[in-house]
Amino acid sequence: MSVLIDSGTKVIVQGMGKTGRFHTDKAVAYGTQMVGAVHPSRAGGTEIFEGETDHSGVPGRPDAYHVEVPIFRSVIEAVAASGATVSVVYVPPPFAADAIMEAADAGIELVVCITEGIPVADMVEAKSYLAPRSTRLVGPNCPGVITPRQCKIGIMPGYIHEAGRIGVVSRSGTLTYEAVHQLTQVGLGQTTAIGIGGDPVNGTDFIDCLNMFNEDPETEGVIMIGEIGGTAEEEAAAWITSHMTKPVAGFIAGTTAPSGKRMGHAGAIIAGGKGTAADKINALEAAGVMIAPTPTDMGQAMLTAMSTDN
Amino acid sequence: MKIHEFQAKELMKARGIPVPQGYEVSSVAEAISAVAPLVEASGSPIVVVKSQIHAGGRGKGRFKEEPELAGVNVVTDGINGGIEATKRKVGELAARMLGSTLVTVQTGAAGKEVTRLYVEQGIDIDRELYLSVVLDRSTSRNIVMASTEGGTEIEEVAAETPEKIIKAEIDPGLGLLDFQARQLAYGLGLEGAAFKNGVRFVKALSEAARELDTDLVEINPLVVTTDGRVMALDAKMSFEANALYRHPEVQDMRDLSEEDAAEIEASGYGLSFIKLDGTIGCMVNGAGLAMATMDIIKYVGGEPANFLDVGGGAEKEQVAAAFKIITRDPRVRGIFVNIFGGIMRCDTIAQGVIDAVAEVGLRLPLVVRLEGTNVELGKQILDESGLNILSATDMKDGAQKILEATRT
Repeated sequence: MSVLIDSGTKVIVQGMGKTGRFHTDKAVAYGTQMVGAVHPSRAGGTEIFEGETDHSGVPGRPDAYHVEVPIFRSVIEAVAASGATVSVVYVPPPFAADAIMEAADAGIELVVCITEGIPVADMVEAKSYLAPRSTRLVGPNCPGVITPRQCKIGIMPGYIHEAGRIGVVSRSGTLTYEAVHQLTQVGLGQTTAIGIGGDPVNGTDFIDCLNMFNEDPETEGVIMIGEIGGTAEEEAAAWITSHMTKPVAGFIAGTTAPSGKRMGHAGAIIAGGKGTAADKINALEAAGVMIAPTPTDMGQAMLTAMSTDN
Repeated sequence: MKIHEFQAKELMKARGIPVPQGYEVSSVAEAISAVAPLVEASGSPIVVVKSQIHAGGRGKGRFKEEPELAGVNVVTDGINGGIEATKRKVGELAARMLGSTLVTVQTGAAGKEVTRLYVEQGIDIDRELYLSVVLDRSTSRNIVMASTEGGTEIEEVAAETPEKIIKAEIDPGLGLLDFQARQLAYGLGLEGAAFKNGVRFVKALSEAARELDTDLVEINPLVVTTDGRVMALDAKMSFEANALYRHPEVQDMRDLSEEDAAEIEASGYGLSFIKLDGTIGCMVNGAGLAMATMDIIKYVGGEPANFLDVGGGAEKEQVAAAFKIITRDPRVRGIFVNIFGGIMRCDTIAQGVIDAVAEVGLRLPLVVRLEGTNVELGKQILDESGLNILSATDMKDGAQKILEATRT
C-alpha cells in the first residue's frame, strides 16, 4: 500500500515544453506509466522517449525503454483515450491555474502542479473552482509525489528513495530530498513522499497528508517538514493531538529568518509576528512530534519517534 | 513589491476611491508651490507634510539629524497667518525633512533617507477607523478586515482586543457582496451619509485589490470627516510579485532606491538573496534548504550573513555572481556551499564553484557540502582542483567546519 499513487497509476502531462519533456523522460525511465500529453497545437502527434532504464524505479524491467506518448488537444480527450486518473502540470505560471481547472473538469482524480510563480489570485480562483469537485490538487510550486519502486510524478531524483515504512510530507523541495535520503540511509525507507509546495495558496495540506498516512496500513510513521509563514503547521499540530495514531517526526526551517522578508518561497514570510518557526516548533512538540534540532538529524528523529512510540 | 503612499493614493483616486488632495514633491520650491492650489481646492488652511519612504510608523518616527522633528507634520500656521504663513512653514519643514534620515519602528536603527514628500490638504476628522484587504491563508481567500481602532497597528488590536476586528471573506467569483459591505459599515458604527459613503468605499477598495493583484491594501487610518465623508488618510499597498507581469502601471512605480542594491543585483541573475548581519556567507540550492542552512549555522554557534537560493538550474555564471555578491560584504569571513543535487548535478556545481573561484579569486575559507546526483564525481572534481576547499560530509559537519575556519 501507499497513498495517492502506485504502480497502477496512469499519468498524463500538461505542458510538454522543455521542462515537461525532461521530467517526463525521467518518469518513464523510473517506470511511471506516462500515457498521454496535452498540447493544443501539437495534438495528433506523439512524443518519443527512449534511453537507459532507471533501475532505482519499478523493478523487473529491461535495461532500455522506448515509449511513445500520444499528444491530445485537451485533458478530457486525453482521459477518454488513456484512462488516466492523474495529471502532472508543467505549464508556465500565467496559464497553470487554467490547466489545473481543466484537469478538474475532465474528472482527473489527482493533479500534481509543479509550476512555480503562479499569481496568488489565480490560485485563489482555482481553489474555489476545485472546492465542489472531487479532484485533489498537490502543489503548486512543489517537487511532486513519489511512491518508491512504483510511480514517480514530478522533479525529484528517484534514486535517493527506497520503498519502506515512512510517509513524508513537506513544503520544501530540497529539504524533502534531505529527509528522504536520511530515511533511506537509516533503513526506514518511504511509503510515499508528498511535496505540498511553498506557495501561500496550495491544494493538499499537512492535515490531508497526515490523515492519508494515518489510514494507510503500510505507513508506520510520518515525517513532516514545515517552514515559516502561515499557520498550517499549527493546525496540523492540533489535528495530530486529536487524531494521529502513528509516530510523527518533523523539522521546521527558518528559525533564523528575519521578519517581513520572503525567504525564497512565496509563502515563507513572517507577517505581523505570525508564522515564526518558534511558534510552529512549540505547537508540534506539544502535540508529541519529535522535532529534529537540525536538518541533519531528521532520519534520527524519525527513528527516535518510532522507538519511543511503542 | 511595495510602493509609496502617494502612489497608492494615485491608484485609488483613479478608481474613484476618496483620498485627500495632495502633491508629491522632491524640492523646497515644489513644496511651497503646492500650498496655494491645495488650500484653494480644499478650502482648509491646514496642510500636512508627509515623508515618503517604504516603511510604516512615519508619524511617530523622528529624524536622526533632528530628534525633535517628526516624519509627518501638520501645518496650522495658516489659520491665523494666512497662506503666506503656511508657505513659509511648509518651506521650512521641507528644507529640514528632505535629505534627512527618518527612523521609524520599521526602518531599523539605520533609518531611511527622505527624498520625497507628500504635501496634502488637512482634513476635519470626526473618527479614525481601520480597513484592509489581505489574503487569509487558512481559507485561501482574500478578506476585508475592519476595525474601529484606527491609527493603531492592527497586530496590536488583534492581540489586545480581537473582538474589535470585523472580517468579511471575498468570494473570488463574486467579489465583495453588497450585504457584506453593509455589515462592515454597521460594524464600524457608521450612520447616515457616512454609512453610504463607507459602503461605497469598502466595495471600491475590495474591487481595486482584486483588479490590481495586491498582496496587501491597508488604510490606517480610514477617516470619517465632520461632514460625513469617508476617505483614506493614509494608504499602504504592496503587490504580489508573481502577478506583476500583468500590471505594467504598477511595475513603473517600483522605487529601486528603497530596496537593497545587492538583492536587486542578485535577482538579475535569478538568485534569491537576502542580506543578514552575520559573518558566514552561504550558497544553497532550494529555498527550504537555504533557510535550514542559516539555521544550522546558528545552531553550531555562528551567524549567517545571508540567505541565498541559487535555484534548481544554476550555471557557472550564477555561482560566480553569488560569490561576488556574498564576498562584497566586508563582514563575511567564510562561505558555506550546501548543495543537494537532484536535477542539479553535483559535478556541474563543483565545476561551477572552481570556475567561479578562478574568476573571483576567493581568499576566504570555503566549505563545500555536496550530496545527491553524481556526488562522487563532484567531490573528485573539487579534490583534484588543487584549490583550498574543505569538503563536508553532511550539513552539520559543513556548518562546524566553516565556523572553525572563520574563527582561526
